[in-house]
Amino acid sequence: MKTDSPFLELADDAPRVRVWFDGLPLDLPAGANLAAALLAAGVQVFRHTPVSGAPRAPFCMMGACFDCLVETGGRVQQACMLEVEEGMKIARPHEAEANDAAL
Amino acid sequence: MQHCDLAIIGAGPAGMAAAAEAAQQGLSVILLDEQNRPGGQIYRDVDRAGGSRGAILGQEYLHGASLTAGLGQSGVSHLSGAVVWAIEDGFRISFTRHGRAGQVEAERIILATGALERPMPVPGWTLPGVMTAGAAQILLKQSGVLPRRAVLAGSGPLLYLIAAQMVRAGTPPLALVETQTAASPLAAARHLPGALRGWRYLAKGLKMLAEIKRAGVPRYTGATEIAVAGSTGAEAVTFRSKGQAHSIACDTVLLHHGVVPNTQAARSINVPHVWSEVQQCFVPETGKWGETGRDGVLIAGDGAGISGAMAAEYAGRIAALKAAEELGRITAQERDRLAAPLFSRRSRETAVRPFLDAAYPPYAGAVRPADSTIVCRCEEVTAGDIRSYARLGCLGPNQAKAFGRAGMGPCQGRYCGLTVTALLAEANGQTPDETGYYRIRPPIKPVTLGELAAMEDPSANAAE
Repeated sequence: MKTDSPFLELADDAPRVRVWFDGLPLDLPAGANLAAALLAAGVQVFRHTPVSGAPRAPFCMMGACFDCLVETGGRVQQACMLEVEEGMKIARPHEAEANDAAL
Repeated sequence: MQHCDLAIIGAGPAGMAAAAEAAQQGLSVILLDEQNRPGGQIYRDVDRAGGSRGAILGQEYLHGASLTAGLGQSGVSHLSGAVVWAIEDGFRISFTRHGRAGQVEAERIILATGALERPMPVPGWTLPGVMTAGAAQILLKQSGVLPRRAVLAGSGPLLYLIAAQMVRAGTPPLALVETQTAASPLAAARHLPGALRGWRYLAKGLKMLAEIKRAGVPRYTGATEIAVAGSTGAEAVTFRSKGQAHSIACDTVLLHHGVVPNTQAARSINVPHVWSEVQQCFVPETGKWGETGRDGVLIAGDGAGISGAMAAEYAGRIAALKAAEELGRITAQERDRLAAPLFSRRSRETAVRPFLDAAYPPYAGAVRPADSTIVCRCEEVTAGDIRSYARLGCLGPNQAKAFGRAGMGPCQGRYCGLTVTALLAEANGQTPDETGYYRIRPPIKPVTLGELAAMEDPSANAAE
């Protein structure tokens, strides 16, 4: 998949594996930091806040700010604390059901 | 349940050095760290990134490999990917690892939890595309990912470091928007004699500035009214410098105006903290060994007050020697003999700090943000909200929670605590110490029922 990413990825020879974000297929480096890999793939909005629905994306990359929360494996987790695994299905928190209904 | 002499929380320079030193002195050591590989944030993923990206990241980063190697040879039990969520008396440490809760017991604890970016609330700082400079460093170190069109805003040596690394990687930042004024380095000059003992740091700073200048990166100083514009993501940085309004279009904004101790774990076990006027943040009260007001709890590295990675390494070893002496493995005389060279090296490393603190003060516009600026990112509470609570009689951050949930979101106040204290202190005409800080209670990181249910049975272990 080609996306216009605001991020540049230095050469990486890790094998790519297929994951889905918000229903879109993405081929990300296996074992890479999930938040970094999603940013590099052009994902710009990771979630919407429960308070106002404002868009958010990774801010601290070190497990402290919780702005990179995504839903995967049935749980809301910090993308910056996860690694890319083949077949991951990732959704914006609490938007997974809406996506399923739309499919 | 696993039992050890010493549990260390955090595998950055302080934690890794403490672990290796303690093992050397005969202590059984468990090192718990959230990341899957040792290094902390400063040496994040050094064993994997050092080879391919060493030239971009520089020698000081590569030094971390000596610590990971030392840790590897030490025989220390390193629980990587372990997120600590509670520390109880005794000491019993609860954590989550690979989807299961677990516990360890220890006679002594060294907290080596490092630093967090000082929160920099400016209009638009919650937009996608706005990150801390530290986050950009982590992206580069761990993942080889760099922003293509970034503006760096704030103050301090870390801004120069990431800018220089971006230049080396072939994606120089679009601009450096610096908040310190020409007067700040001048005011800092009185600390120069001390700083000259740390001349290596000054030389390194000048070298990085030369690299940035050669690459043609524009620098603006004395910037005020910094804001990020955009609807669903960062589109531009606006600010004033030397009487002129500027707007720079960009995709990424990297904010930084210093780092502050990560005090969550220490506060959760009631280690007393005091306001540091010099560092403009709360620091735990520690003695020269890192000992605290809580028996058996030592703090080493930036978590005890910002001193940098090299000082953290010495502080870690110093704290480990103290723990070894308290547990009777070495005598007080041996401890003092082994620690003497470490103390003198640590003091050489910290000599430059007063100069840096004075030359790169926090950005005033983010210490006391405008009313409409969000200060609590999680609950979207603005500076104006906090001021309105003060007008209604709110005296401290814990009361502010009841007024409007500031500090009650998932980050547990990590990125609003200092701002809320500053705003209430100013509004009420009190000092930060009088105003206080959020009461931090376990769990200090989220833990799910599923993780708890999957916990290894402590009684079963005890029967073994």
